Amino acid sequence: MGTAALAVVPLAVLGVFFVLPVAGMVGRGFWTDGGFDPSASLEVLTRSRTHRVLWFTLWSSTVATLVTLALGLPLTFVLYRLRVPGRSAARAFVLMPFVLPTVVVGVAFRTLLTPSGPLGFLHLDGTAAAIIAAMVFFNLAVVVRTVGVLWENLDPRREQAAAALGASPWQVLRTVTLPALAPAIVASASIVFLFCATAFGLVLTLGGLRYATVETEIYLLTTQFLDLRAAAALSVLQLLVVTGLLYAAHVTRSRREHAVERADVRSTLRPARRTDLAAVSTAALALAFVATPIAALVVGSLRVGDGWGLDHYRALDGHEAGSTAALLVPVTEALSNSWRVAVDATTLAMVLGCLVAVLVSRRGRSRAERRGLAVLDGVFMLPLGVSAVTLGFGFLITLDRPPLDLRTSPLLVPIAQAMVALPLVVRTLTPVLRSIDPRQREAAESLGASPWRVLRTVDLPVVWRPLLAATGFAFAVSLGEFGATSFLARPEAPTMPVLIYELVSRPGADNYGMALAASVVLGLVTVVIMGLVERLRLGTAGAF
Amino acid sequence: MRTTTKNRWPATAVAATAGLVLAGCSLGTGDQDDAAGGSAEGGSSKEVVVATHDSWNMSKQVLRDFEQQTGYDLTIQPAGDAGALTNKLVLTKGSPIADAVYGIDNTFASRAVDEGVLTDFTPKTNPGSAYEPQDAEAAAQLTPVDYSDVCVNVDDVWFKEHDLAPPTSFEDLADPAYDGLFVTPAPSTSSPGLAFLAATVAEYGEDGWQDYWQRLVDNDVKVTAGWSDAYQVDFTAGGGSGDRPIVLSYASSPPFTIPEGETKPTTSALLDTCFRQVEYAAVLDGAANPEGAQAFVDFLGSRELQEALPDEMYVFPVDPEATLPDLWAKYAVPADDPATLPESEIAAHRSQWLEEWADIAQ
Repeated sequence: MGTAALAVVPLAVLGVFFVLPVAGMVGRGFWTDGGFDPSASLEVLTRSRTHRVLWFTLWSSTVATLVTLALGLPLTFVLYRLRVPGRSAARAFVLMPFVLPTVVVGVAFRTLLTPSGPLGFLHLDGTAAAIIAAMVFFNLAVVVRTVGVLWENLDPRREQAAAALGASPWQVLRTVTLPALAPAIVASASIVFLFCATAFGLVLTLGGLRYATVETEIYLLTTQFLDLRAAAALSVLQLLVVTGLLYAAHVTRSRREHAVERADVRSTLRPARRTDLAAVSTAALALAFVATPIAALVVGSLRVGDGWGLDHYRALDGHEAGSTAALLVPVTEALSNSWRVAVDATTLAMVLGCLVAVLVSRRGRSRAERRGLAVLDGVFMLPLGVSAVTLGFGFLITLDRPPLDLRTSPLLVPIAQAMVALPLVVRTLTPVLRSIDPRQREAAESLGASPWRVLRTVDLPVVWRPLLAATGFAFAVSLGEFGATSFLARPEAPTMPVLIYELVSRPGADNYGMALAASVVLGLVTVVIMGLVERLRLGTAGAF
Repeated sequence: MRTTTKNRWPATAVAATAGLVLAGCSLGTGDQDDAAGGSAEGGSSKEVVVATHDSWNMSKQVLRDFEQQTGYDLTIQPAGDAGALTNKLVLTKGSPIADAVYGIDNTFASRAVDEGVLTDFTPKTNPGSAYEPQDAEAAAQLTPVDYSDVCVNVDDVWFKEHDLAPPTSFEDLADPAYDGLFVTPAPSTSSPGLAFLAATVAEYGEDGWQDYWQRLVDNDVKVTAGWSDAYQVDFTAGGGSGDRPIVLSYASSPPFTIPEGETKPTTSALLDTCFRQVEYAAVLDGAANPEGAQAFVDFLGSRELQEALPDEMYVFPVDPEATLPDLWAKYAVPADDPATLPESEIAAHRSQWLEEWADIAQ
């Protein structure tokens, strides 16, 4: 059957670049001294420290996910349904945190929160609240983007009808709007949760080592202690938790997934009303929350000695860098390296992501087929929930001989990033694809349209905008990704995050200022690219 | 409206094709930029691959000279910090990711040697023989390239403003007069942090350091995850607006704090609190190109490379004859008598120390 054939390519890629490396690392931990001995590993799971770490991982990620939704949904509403000035600029701006390297954000957050910093009076330095705040900062974009692409096309007439029948705004939201958006909300919440649960740089930096998550434990056990047994046990634990979460998300989602009436974007936008006050003020709060650390970055990058200036930006071209500057390459070269990697990663993620999304959004005819599709759907989310350390070290020990002698190939970095971007692409496209009434496709088929033509005339007009959104998202993931890539044997050409990391790892006010300046440049480039994509999207409005 | 859809479709196809073509280009050009000026002849026997830590940085000119002198094409493969680098080599034993390694330090040296991932090699000119590992087997495999002294640094301006004499010794750091003033990265997540822990073990002994650390904790020492965090955020003379004038850093850090238009640094290193980190290079066991690897290890001892080390990687060359940059010669002074521990002792006790440390300080 055609479905099976479509699944082969993405499954093969996942098998080679995810299942094989992870299995390799876990295997190393379980097979010790030539024998299969998982009991030694599993002993780790009975330690009270492990329980504490698991508990912190679960609750901090849950709280961070809930806060992200609480801030993100009103923001999405304002940016995708209301005709407010600066809408598209704000949409692009929200994505900026996504590409900022965690080291710099960690430093920027701590500069604000440290006892002598501008927000020192909050006494948040080194607390769980600081960790959660940073997680929300990074992940707001996930909610806004994933839910936004569905929300902007949601036909307002149903809501209007409910209101005309006497429902209060709150009742309309609860009984009409949220149920229609549920698939996208659940999808974005599961992505946010997985991102939070696997964050390690932030947890270490902002928690001042007082807090440990499953991910930070795996990181320390693998890169510092070389305790592969314990690391393997924790990786398995992580897989189990993630699988459980994905199953729960699937159950929640599939109960609510149904076709929705859609409308042209121009007809869904309306001016803000008095009743929107709560949403608009929450959105403003969310934007201010994103803007504060970014403002700290910008201010820091402009600070030269006791005065202000653009010196750090000028120094990034590498010409006037004195003997004390730790600039690996001129910033333009790092940008072009980043750009090349991002193009590769995005292309790969989009090709695979479209295949998977088209597949899993089909409604299976039999029970078995439906179940198969659901498993397929979940499987492609797994890379988000599994330790980047395990994956990165796994690449080294499994992809070392022909035909898969790829571990030092320059392709490995874009491939690893594509594995991170793939679930975002799938989760952005699938709710939209599933919201298309299957009868539309059936009608087209019965009128003699080929499957290709059905895809082109029914699905594509609806998916075109989400497709661009997903592309932008994948691009941003690649530009900022440093977690997975830092555990690979990287090619020598330094990308922007590498350049920034090196600058911030050296003493000297110049290096620090240049690290901030380079981060601002990376963020601005992203915002400009996303802004252009937004314009492209506006130009293609009106697909029906 | 339907027509709009139709008109858009070819545009999509064009965009998709363009994207794919662009990707094709980028993969092609990706390779060639890597080698430092080397031509990409593909995986011939002329290629020599060197795994390094992430802090590797070397001027293109110097690397080009290596390629011209030896005829090899050099590929550098950064692979994490010293710990991650060592562990990667251990995990890929028998199927090494490179021909040579640079960047294993004395806190991880024993692990690499004990796991048998290196082979014996002593370069013809070995200017750093004074820095060789104490263990004979390790000394036969590892070639010292550079060193850095991890020392406590102080913000002299802050102390002058507060009319307080800066601390000078380990004991001072635990003195209530300096309560809440010291910040250090943690030994579990930072290599200078580990060096400082080793320094306290060397100073106070296997059974005494725990008590010293308890006193540091009582004196409100702040522990951060990484060096950047401690120096750039919490240190008063770092990048931000920190509030701690004592930080763990390097003997080579002060020259970076010379204000624009002035000649003297505003910070100084306490040379009685230093631990010496030595970085080594070695030929990997099972290297595809052992001759190339040897040539590179040889080259690391050359005067040209040794003299480039301070500016490129912020470390002291092991060659005593190498000329230091002016600022270094004046303000980056290595310790006379730094603390050291045998590599094998660090390797044997690292996990235990870190666990005990976590119980005290976390």
